[in-house]
Amino acid sequence: MIPEIGHFALILALCLSLILASVPAWGAWRGNSGAMALAPSLAVGLLVFVAISFGCLATAFLQDDFSVQLVASHSNTLLPPIYKFSAVWGNHEGSLVLWALILAFWTAAVALFSSQLPLLVLSRVLSVMGAISVGFLSFSLITSNPFTRILPGAPADGADLNPLLQDPGLIIHPPLLYMGYVGFSVAFAFAIAALLGGRLDASWARWSRPWTNIAWGFLSLGIMLGSWWAYYELGWGGWWFWDPVENASFMPWLAGTALVHSLAATEKRGLFKSWTVLLAIFAFSLSLLGTFLVRSGVLTSVHAFATDPERGMFILVFLAIVVGGSLTLYAVRAPAVSSRVSFAWVSRESLLLCNNVVFLVAALTVLFGTLFPLIVDALGMGKVSVGPPYFNAVFVPLMALLVPVMGMGPISRWKRDSVTRWRGELLIPTVVAVLCAVTFPLLHAPYNIWVALAVLLSSWLLIGLVKDFWQRLRSASSTANGLRRLTPSYCGMLIAHLGFAACVIGIVATSQYSVEHDLKMHPGDTREMAGYEFRFIEVEHVEGPNFVADEARFDVTRDGVWVASMNPQKRRYLASGSVMTEAAIDAGLFRDLYVAMGEPVGNDGAWAMRLHYKPMVRWMWLGAILMAVGAFTAAADKRYRRQRATVSASSEAALHGA
Amino acid sequence: MHPVRKQRLYIVLFIALFSSAAIGLVVYALRGNINLFYPPADVVAGLAPVGQPIRVGGMVLEDSLQRAENSLAIRFKLTDYQEAVEVVYVGILPDLFAEGQGAVASGVLNDEGVLEATEILAKHDENYMPPEVIHALENSGYDQEGNAK
Repeated sequence: MIPEIGHFALILALCLSLILASVPAWGAWRGNSGAMALAPSLAVGLLVFVAISFGCLATAFLQDDFSVQLVASHSNTLLPPIYKFSAVWGNHEGSLVLWALILAFWTAAVALFSSQLPLLVLSRVLSVMGAISVGFLSFSLITSNPFTRILPGAPADGADLNPLLQDPGLIIHPPLLYMGYVGFSVAFAFAIAALLGGRLDASWARWSRPWTNIAWGFLSLGIMLGSWWAYYELGWGGWWFWDPVENASFMPWLAGTALVHSLAATEKRGLFKSWTVLLAIFAFSLSLLGTFLVRSGVLTSVHAFATDPERGMFILVFLAIVVGGSLTLYAVRAPAVSSRVSFAWVSRESLLLCNNVVFLVAALTVLFGTLFPLIVDALGMGKVSVGPPYFNAVFVPLMALLVPVMGMGPISRWKRDSVTRWRGELLIPTVVAVLCAVTFPLLHAPYNIWVALAVLLSSWLLIGLVKDFWQRLRSASSTANGLRRLTPSYCGMLIAHLGFAACVIGIVATSQYSVEHDLKMHPGDTREMAGYEFRFIEVEHVEGPNFVADEARFDVTRDGVWVASMNPQKRRYLASGSVMTEAAIDAGLFRDLYVAMGEPVGNDGAWAMRLHYKPMVRWMWLGAILMAVGAFTAAADKRYRRQRATVSASSEAALHGA
Repeated sequence: MHPVRKQRLYIVLFIALFSSAAIGLVVYALRGNINLFYPPADVVAGLAPVGQPIRVGGMVLEDSLQRAENSLAIRFKLTDYQEAVEVVYVGILPDLFAEGQGAVASGVLNDEGVLEATEILAKHDENYMPPEVIHALENSGYDQEGNAK
């Protein structure tokens, strides 16, 4: 019964989204305020029904209702309850329902928290989001119904969730990532609404800025969790593979980063308006493209579920409608919203422009590398793959170009700055950065030029930020006063940029200084690596709730002092019979020790073992968390709420005047 | 010229210059870093280049897996049931690597026609098969169990 209720609720949600996509949009077109006023309640209704549907699906999983095909093929009675719940989105159909739920959540959030937004704008925004909901809900219902029953003949037990997905990281990774992906639909909807209305002013940027920041923050967290999960769960010790699906989440992030910065220029100075709108369209289109790449199975990837071509076709058509439609609208309406504001070359604006160009070019090169194999295959020129060396060769120089500009951004002024002032402001950061770059890598012989460069760039960034922060405090009458005068926007920028610096340091240090050994070890063997002695004691048999495992016992010492005992496992899951590596990690702020088991070698109890020493690997995840915290802090700025009231009054007046 | 227009012109020029530099970088990076996929039959027929990074995929031939005594070196054969390519690899195999299952090896072909692999990819769940392997098998006319279609 429950799955049928869920199915019915999903159909009702589709009906509501159809109404939401059409009636308020018609109202906005004809000036019918009654039709426009329906939008917020429709949005909330949409959330309620999608939530009911999701709840029913989750209930089916938690109650082990194996007559539902999805549950039968992705769950098992032995599965711990928390993984039964996360199994809901550990498959194609369920993850689509999660996607629809989060989209409905964002739609309802816009409806509830934008009461001061002019009704005309709000109804357009919600209509656009409703239209996106129509796409995803019909995709779910038509091609991948999650509530399909297998009756009669329901199996007694399910086929189990892929063991790789039975992990705490995977409970929260997809929801966070989707919060980010789908969150860009808000920025997209605001952009489309602005194009439809032909009015794009500073207030528009102010409305869409907090939403974009929050979505971007979630996306950063989602990507970071994915990377962290790959690191400890896949058992290779890698944290980024330039896998097509990783790229699929990374491209919207790059476009979103450009968008966040270009929105700043649009809000503060009324600049780059049509460019910002285009970036909003890009960011969301890349999110959709990501969905297509993941869900259509066109690419070889750890994320590809077994799929059928009908689904790929559906989402490809949907993608074509969204991208084609919005770009056509853009081509027709963009001249109406373009800006006529000028700025000096030596100013914050031109630095933000550099940021935008770098990020967009980075997004395009990643896009090219990701799609290149598909293009070549479609042309019948063979099957190629583009590996990490391509992405590293292109991406690293681009980021290295970005950081010098990034260090100048916060200290420079809007509209017009002077080279003399820049010179004065940047003298100390430059000197200190060079000193750091020369000295810090000396701590770790041999001297490494790449690490020196990373230290140079990130300390330049760091000292610029600290200096600016210090000057702001000093210019106030007292420190407390100065702290009070710092806006959340400014603090958010500070935190996010610090996070970026931490990321750079972490990535370069761990890429350059990592030590990795794949070894054959007998029980009792001791291996020395990077100053640590790893002693392989024995292999024990252990049993978990739904698996049995061989567990290796390691003692790690450094100069005779005990550091950690590490117990990696080789698990065999009972339901599916699949084997999985569970790495043991001794985490630290400055280094991680990583041990993973390969397979037994020979008959004398020896095992293939993977030992890694990874310095500062945590820094990049901490950096990503800081970036997200910064984005959330900036979105909390009072200015977005306070000024909304006054602006909406004036736009309302403008509306009635027209 | 109107100052705003003039500025726009410079911006466009800057973007164009920067993008061409990026495109140059992309082309340069692509040259050495794309790996073409070859089914075993093509490799044996001598269609695959020697000394360049390539990928070979197929089913791991039953009873072909050999291990070295004192290292992690292994040797196995990948087949599309027409021909088989010998692969050598030093390191730890993925969890789902097994004889009679699909796998993709990337590496360099040496003069003796043996693939010196630097990376082995196996399927990552029970129902999933790398698309390249499916493709290779379709061309050879055998199914995954090695029966002629």
